[in-house]
This record gives sequence, C-alpha cells and structure tokens, in this order.
Amino acid sequence: MENTATLRMEQILKIFGPVTALKDVTFSARPGTVHALCGENGAGKSTLMKVLAGVHIPEQGKIYLDDQEVQFSNPGQAIDAGISMLYQELDLADHMTVYENVFLGREMMSSVPFVIDRVGMIRQTKELCDKYGFDIDPEAVISSLTTGQCQIVELLKAIMRQAKIIVMDEPTSSLSEGEAHRLFEIVNQLRTQGLTIIYISHRLEEVNMLADDISVLRDGQVVATGLASEMDIDVIVKHMVGRELKDFYPSRDVLIGDICFEADSLASEQGINDISFNVRRGEIVGMAGLVGAGRTEVANAIFGINPLIAGGIKLDGKELRIKRPADAIRQGIAYLTEDRKRSGLCTNLPCSWNMTMPNYERIGMKNLLQLRKEQQLCADFGSKVSVKWSHPDAPADSLSGGNQQKVLIGRWLMADSEFIIFDEPTRGIDVGAKKEVYSLLNELASQGKAILVISSELPELFGICDRILIMRRGHLVGDLATDQATPEQVMHLAAVEA
Amino acid sequence: MNKFTKQLLPFCSLIFIISLWTFLEPDTFLTTKNFMNVFSRSSINGIMAAAMTFVIITAGIDLSVGSMMAMCGMIGSVVMLGISGASWTDISGGSYVELGLGAMVIGSLASMLIGAICGFANGMLITQLKLAPFIVTLGAMSIFRGVAYLMNAGKPFSVSDYSWLDNGTFAGIPSTIVIMVIVFAIMGFILKYTRFGRYTYAIGSNPETAFHTGVNVKAVLITIYTIVGALVGLASMIATSRASTAQPTAGIALELDIIAAVIIGGCSPSGGRGTMIGTVIGTLLIQFLRNGLTLLGISTNVQLVAVGAIIILAVTADQIATRRQA
Ligand SMILES: Nc1ncnc2c1ncn2[C@@H]1O[C@H](COP(=O)(O)OP(=O)(O)OP(=O)(O)O)[C@@H](O)[C@H]1O
Ligand SMILES: [Mg+2]
Repeated sequence: MENTATLRMEQILKIFGPVTALKDVTFSARPGTVHALCGENGAGKSTLMKVLAGVHIPEQGKIYLDDQEVQFSNPGQAIDAGISMLYQELDLADHMTVYENVFLGREMMSSVPFVIDRVGMIRQTKELCDKYGFDIDPEAVISSLTTGQCQIVELLKAIMRQAKIIVMDEPTSSLSEGEAHRLFEIVNQLRTQGLTIIYISHRLEEVNMLADDISVLRDGQVVATGLASEMDIDVIVKHMVGRELKDFYPSRDVLIGDICFEADSLASEQGINDISFNVRRGEIVGMAGLVGAGRTEVANAIFGINPLIAGGIKLDGKELRIKRPADAIRQGIAYLTEDRKRSGLCTNLPCSWNMTMPNYERIGMKNLLQLRKEQQLCADFGSKVSVKWSHPDAPADSLSGGNQQKVLIGRWLMADSEFIIFDEPTRGIDVGAKKEVYSLLNELASQGKAILVISSELPELFGICDRILIMRRGHLVGDLATDQATPEQVMHLAAVEA
Repeated sequence: MNKFTKQLLPFCSLIFIISLWTFLEPDTFLTTKNFMNVFSRSSINGIMAAAMTFVIITAGIDLSVGSMMAMCGMIGSVVMLGISGASWTDISGGSYVELGLGAMVIGSLASMLIGAICGFANGMLITQLKLAPFIVTLGAMSIFRGVAYLMNAGKPFSVSDYSWLDNGTFAGIPSTIVIMVIVFAIMGFILKYTRFGRYTYAIGSNPETAFHTGVNVKAVLITIYTIVGALVGLASMIATSRASTAQPTAGIALELDIIAAVIIGGCSPSGGRGTMIGTVIGTLLIQFLRNGLTLLGISTNVQLVAVGAIIILAVTADQIATRRQA
C-alpha cells in the first residue's frame, strides 16, 4: 500500500513570543487508524498539527514519515508529502467555485498547453461528490455555501490531493447531526483505505465512538496517550482539565417573566417564512434544525443583516425598526454569529478592540476612547469568560479558536442587551469552558434577559433550554417545552417532511 | 515584539538617511535652514498623507489627490480673484490683481469645500455603486485634471499676493509647518483615540464584521473620502501660495509620493494596519531622500527611481515581518 504512512513527531518545541505553545511533544499515529487529539482551549492541538502541516516551523524537534525524517518549511511541501489539514478556521477562496477550490494550485491541464481542463475538473469533482454522497454543485461559489458545505469542500480538497494523513481540526463543530454522521462514514471509509486520520474535537462522544487511539494535550504537553478502548470520557476529561467535572448542565430555577422579545410572521429573501415566536424574560429558548433549515437566517433577519420582507419585531411590547445591525444593537439586541472568521472578528486587530467595537455607547465612550478604562473593562470581561490571552491587546488571531469564541462572548456580555441570540455559542470550546458558558447563559437569564440559543447539538439544547423551537426549510415546525419533549421528537420534526 | 520592530524599521531608515547625508554633505545638509526647508516642503505631502492614511487603512486607495489638488488650487484662486473684483480678462491674462485678506480666506475655504465635495462624490460612487476605489479614483483623477486645464485653457491663474500664506510665520516657525503639524496631530488623534478611528481599522480588517458590530460602513467610508478632499483643498492652497500661481499642471504624479509615504510608514495596502506616526516618518523619509539627492546634485529622474525602489523595499520588509509573525 503506497498510500499509507506511519507518522512520528518527536520532541516538538514551539514558542510564540512569550507563549510556549508546545513543550517537547512526542506524538505518533498509525496508518489505518483514527487518532483523536483532545485538550482544553489553547492546549496546543492546532499548533501541533500546524507544525505537521508545515504552517509553523518548530523551534526544535523532528518529524518522521515511515522512519524517514521530513522537514516542511511551507504547507505546500507537507501537502506533497501527503499531509492535508482541514483548518479550524476554514480557508477557502471565497469568491471562487467549489471545483476551483478543490483543485487550487493543482489544476488539471488540458491537451492545449497552459490551458486548464475546466470540464475535466468539474467532472472529477462531481464524481467525488457522488461517490461520497455529497450534495454540492461543483460550480457553486464558496460564499454562497453554508459553513457545513464549506467543510465538505475542504475534505474534497484533501481527498483529491491523495493525502495519506488527513488532519481534521474540529470538523463537526459546524455540521448538523446528519452531516456529521455522513462525515463519520467518510472517515470510516478513509480509515479502511489505510489512511491516517488525526481528529481534533471537543465533542468527546464523537471521539469515543470514532477513535482508535487518543492523545490528550494539556498546556502544550502530552499528558496521556493510548488506545481509545482504554479511555472513557471521564478519563479523557480528567486528563484534559486535571480534575473531575461534575454537573455539566447547570440547574435552572429561574423565574420566568413577561414576554420580552416577539417576532411576528417574519419573512426574508433568504428563504424564511412566517416565523412567529416569543421569548420571555429569564427564559432560554433553543432553536433546533438541520444546517440549512434557516436558523441563522432568522437571526440575520432579526438583527438587520438581511432585510425583512414581511413581519415585525417587538421588544418589551415596543415595535422596533431595524434596518442594519447598528439599529438592533442600539435597541438592545445582541447576536453572536456562528462564523467568527467571516463576520465575528477583525482577526488582525487587538482582542480588546474586538470586544468594545459595538459597545462604545454602552461603556460611556460615545466618541472619545479612554484606552486605560477600555483595557480594564476588557480584562474584567475576559476573566468573566476565562479567556486565555497574553494580553487584552494581543491580536485576535494569536488566540486559539476556542479563546477567540470567548472573546466574542465577552463582547456581547459587555453589550448588556435585553435579548441575546447565541448562534452555536459553544462552537470550538472545550468541556470545561462549555460548562462555564452554560452557567453564563443561566446567569444572564436570571438577570432577566431573554435568550435564544441556536445549536446543532441536541443534548446541549435539552440541557439548558426551557423551550425548543424547531425549524425545517425556512419554517417553524415545532415549539416544545423541553421537559415534555424527547430528542427523537425534535429530530423527527427537524428532518421529516410533514 | 514584532510590532515593535515593524514600527522601528521606518524610523531607523529615516535615521540612516539623515546620517548618510550628514556624512556626505555636512555643510549644506546639517543646517537649521535646510531642515526647516525640508519640513516646509513636506507640508503639502504631509497634509494629504495624513488623510490618505485613513483611506489605506480601510484597504482603499485614492489616486485622484494629485489632480484634485490642481483643480482645487485653480478654483480657489479664481474665487479669490473674482471676489477682489478683477475682470475675466485680467484674471485669465494673469495681470497683477491686489487681493484682500477676506478674499484670500474665502478663496481658501472655497478650495477646501470643492475638495470636500469631490471627495464626497468619490465616496458615494465607491459605497453606493460598490465600485472599487481604485477604479473610481482613477477616473476621477482624469476628470479633475481635465477640469483644471479647462478652467483657463491650460494657463495658470496668478495670485502673487497669496504668497502671504507660504511666507508667513507663526512664533518664528513657517506657517506651513504649523499647519502640517496641526493636521497630523488632529488626524493622529482621531485615528487613535476616537470611535471613528477604530471603525476605520475595523472596515479595513473585515468589513463584514464591522457591519455586524454596528458600524455604518458606508457612512464612515464617505466621511473618510470627504476628509481627504477637504485636506487636499488645504494642501492645494499651500501649493498655490508657494508658486504664487495656481497651475493646472500642479501635483502630477503626486499621488504616488503620498501613497508611498503612507505605505513606507507601515500601513498595509490590504487594510487594517497602520499608524499616523508611521505616516509622519514615511513623509519625512521621502522628503529627506529627495533633499539629499538634490544637494548631491543628482537629477530628479534618478530621484524617481530611488523613491520607487524604497517603496518596494518597504513593502517587502512588511511582508517578511508579517510572514514571520504567522
Ligand atoms: N500565531 C500565534 N501567535 C501567538 N500565539 C499563538 C499563535 N498561535 C497559537 N498561539 C498560542 O499557542 C497556544 C496554543 O494554541 P492552539 O491554537 O494550538 O490551541 P488549541 O489546543 O488548538 O485550542 P482550541 O481548542 O481553542 O482550538 C495558545 O496559548 C495560543 O494563544
Ligand atoms: Mg485549535
């Protein structure tokens, strides 16, 4: 089998200025297996894999493929050696089509010199989609795809490059349950073909189900590595956080008050229709549905990102006119987006700037900034969401994915809005931090805020919500009290045509 | 740490150039008179570069500033001359016309107003029609130059009394330097200490995020291009005063110097990065380079080559620093 390789990384040391991200990490992965990499936010998982993928050059350490030492000084070399990585923050060329991305840098040539074989590339992409059962048009432009679909394009890219080792950095964090299951099937298929899959995830059930081997990183060091069959979830968590974690979902005994937010037959050009619901003060309402069901579109319509073509929005009984996000923010609505790279963060700017951006009025800096006060405020809110950063002024892209998410949560906490929409709030954050986010949501509710949580993780919705709204194809098809519903019921409503 | 070295690079280059000229031409270069001369020559570029910094940080560009300067100068002068009661034959013929203080002030304001209107138009086209800044301002560059030529059939307007502005001093310091310092200070303050400044960075870094966090992206961009116009109007009056005439050929290829100063100062052409201090240094660097070469008797053609090379070097250094950081 020429398409397989045994990987060994030895004594990898990686330093970013004041931060030592990896301390003498030794890691190996066998062909034909799925090796899961677990650890808290900022533990160094992505960094280790970026070293493997040639993105980061380690200060020290060696990488062996089949006992041959290899050195990568750029991602291209790693790809040529058969290592493909699906990054946590997807990086596709937004304005290009699916097939162009799949073949990016490795275009097929036609018989005419210098002319690319467009038709051939489209055909091959289509064949691959059919083979794995993806429903994606090879000629669609990336920016028109959902995050879930983009993930699949990334995977197509890796498969097309004949990868021997595929690294997936939190691949399911943006997929619906159905899409995730399809992904697991593909992973299994690739494993039987002898490929090595290195799988980073914060969803430990997934890890448990999928992995053959597991390694746990903590603070840049490997603290445990071994067969998956010998490590159950509790053991993994214990290694990750260094202690046991109890009562994952906080108990809810909040007084539910008056109706705070009301949506009345909302419709937008993005395909949502006749959406009516309300959220009371102190209530946490969940929104379930498959990717593409229109959940994010509802949030976009409420927040003024896409214009409403019908319907109205009320806050505390008062009709709101929202033409752009600025109007929504001013009137007390906050929205944590699901796509932090595309619309959440200004990645090269300091975390503190990212946090205060929508909040200047709220924090009393209507026009003039007070830098010292801003620093202090960001440090406070940062510790509230326990973000790990070297300094509040560190650029957002120097933080690990989960910590970037915490910066965004901190931003909207600072906004002190009455109605808050959280779109996939725990995307990419570790178990310990998830628990903290759930307590934060709970705390907000007990302060009398109204909260809408959009999530693809049903257990999460059942764990924290009072009510669950279910969407399918742009329509609201269910509104169930959590204590009277079952996950099966919700899945059924979300997936099946009535 | 890296941020620090990046800031340091333009500064060290400036020190290097100054030391080099001091070594090569100690007698003529290292004199108060020459330094004042360099600073005063920097004022036109500096004022425009201060505004251009905002544009570049939003990942935009304004190519029309050079010809806009010529047009604003022409319009400002004709307003001055008209208010002073001169006949069109005198104005167009270039005879001496005595200018009152009021006329000069109104003319200067008119020039800034015209600049602001033109900048506003640029901003509207860029934001409302979603056209690329490069294209809009490239077109505008040609239009403004054309208008400048049309105004007096390609001939300049003569405003010899107006040299008062350039010759004037304030507490012993040439007024043009004072104006430049004030503009840099105000623009630098806005960039660093106001919400508007933050919005400028946010738009350059990620316009979609900026919109989602409540920034009125279009309004901010229009304001920035309008400010550019107004400051170009101001710079045009200094240029007019310095030459005692408003030339329709003024500021040809000047946009290159301005953009170069901003980029050498560390602004990233892809947006979201840059400081006003950097632009100050970039402006002075180019001016000192030119000054030294002139003192050494090297032709302006060679100076063009030198400035071009410096731009490419600066951008390369920036790229290397950024890549190392990643
Ligand atoms: N480009 C960078 N510059 C500076 N520091 C960095 C950079 N990339 C990562 N770090 C730091 O290295 C550490 C490890 O980050 P890494 O992204 O590997 O974490 P992770 O385990 O993938 O976490 P997550 O689960 O949140 O994605 C963090 O402290 C992070 O702040
Ligand atoms: Mg990561």
